[in-house]
Amino acid sequence: MRDLLRILSRFWRASLAAELEYRVNFVFSTLNAALGLVLGLFALSLFFQNGHAFDGWSFDASLVVYGLFTTFSGISSVLFVPNLSRVVEHVDKGTMDFVLLKPVDSQLFVSTRNFSPWGLPDIALGLGVIGYAARRLDVDPGHVPAALLAALLSLIILYSLWFALASTSIWFVKVYNATEVLRGLLDAGRLPIAAYPAGYRVFFTYVVPVAFLTSVPADVLRGADATSWLAIEVVVAVLAFGLSRAFWRLSLRSYTSASS
Amino acid sequence: MTFLRRARAFLEVYYAYMLVYRSELLLWALAMSLPFISMGAWIKAADTGAFPLAPVEFGRYFLVVYLVRQLTVVWVVWEFEYDIVQGRLSPRLLQPADPVWHYVGGHVAERAARLPFTVVIVAFFFMLYPEAWFVPSWTETVACLALSLLAWVLRFVLQYAFAMAAFWTEKASSIEGLWQIGFLFLSGVVAPLAVFPEAVREVVLYTPFPYLIDVPVRALLGAPITLRDVLIPGAWLLVALVAQRLAWRAGLARYSSMGA
Repeated sequence: MRDLLRILSRFWRASLAAELEYRVNFVFSTLNAALGLVLGLFALSLFFQNGHAFDGWSFDASLVVYGLFTTFSGISSVLFVPNLSRVVEHVDKGTMDFVLLKPVDSQLFVSTRNFSPWGLPDIALGLGVIGYAARRLDVDPGHVPAALLAALLSLIILYSLWFALASTSIWFVKVYNATEVLRGLLDAGRLPIAAYPAGYRVFFTYVVPVAFLTSVPADVLRGADATSWLAIEVVVAVLAFGLSRAFWRLSLRSYTSASS
Repeated sequence: MTFLRRARAFLEVYYAYMLVYRSELLLWALAMSLPFISMGAWIKAADTGAFPLAPVEFGRYFLVVYLVRQLTVVWVVWEFEYDIVQGRLSPRLLQPADPVWHYVGGHVAERAARLPFTVVIVAFFFMLYPEAWFVPSWTETVACLALSLLAWVLRFVLQYAFAMAAFWTEKASSIEGLWQIGFLFLSGVVAPLAVFPEAVREVVLYTPFPYLIDVPVRALLGAPITLRDVLIPGAWLLVALVAQRLAWRAGLARYSSMGA
């Protein structure tokens, strides 16, 4: 555990130093996050005209979903996306050899090596929205620990999806575009799952588990009866993580280096 | 004649390039799934709430959004930024044609290479949702294609103008990122302008955004075209063109990459 923390702090300090060369990015990422939030909330409010609401979801409850979505996209751009593009680069340029030779678990190395601070404004704004909505909903503080657990499980699922995609680059090399496919599908998480027709709900629960990412934690937080969904989420998260690890091992077997 | 010969040379070269990346193009065609996600939510909302469009009209609207987006994709800022950073612009400056034609050639050729995938996805859509089947009249089709062409030219020139920032900073694409947020929410990709509140719609109609998606889409669905639908994007096009030319001259004067 101590080693793990030491490794992470070395990794992130090094990437932070590299990223801070582009300080203008901070202005852009803050503007991006703020503008995205304002316009995104506007788009969400369009569904609540003329007394319409999603099945069982008020505007405030949907705000929790939107806040979770914003937070998770922030975390993706801080950790998942920068590391994923690095995996693609390693495979493309043949530097994956050096990674595999290091005395650190290769999955740990490639999924934590990079850290990009430019998603932090999104995380801050997302948490702000969740907090605001929780106060308006008068959330029982007793639900918070379970909601945190659900959010943590969501992060594990999200990580596994990104990482499984990164693993495919061993076979297909350039998977930048596949990341766009995944990003496009994850966009469905902006709205509670109840906003979609039945066919969509099945797809976004069992094929691409978007429903677990934002709707389930939001349900747990507002105290809607979600215990069974939470239990299923535990299974999905464990399964997703295990599969991503197995998938990485499998793909590494096909890795044929570029230098040896 | 030289012009036609040049145009043919550019198109042939770039069409061949694009065919190398057919599988990538397939992923790009899939990546733009956002209109279909919005479609699901709006069809469901229109089923239960009072909105200006019926469910099947929402279905058609978002299908055509997908089509217009396929016709008007632009990525010149990333290519230009890369060419500046890598110094690839230098040899092109020596050629007897403005470097912009390389990018135009690539964009036009890609459209042709992408078309087959688009046709498959449209066929798939009507198989799943036969009630939405419709046949636009000739005039509607021509109006939509003409407005899409205008939208594409406008997006290209605007993005090329943003790309000029690459002469001064390494992150020209950040400006495009900011622009894309406005585009995403105000052009009609996540919700048709018809469901915007009156006051917001009036303001948004003075920005270039709705003319990139909503207006060409409605033209195919039979909405009448007004003079304003051409004049406002035309005015923005003029502004972007002047800005781009001025920035190009100033930028070239200080361009000092490899080989220049």
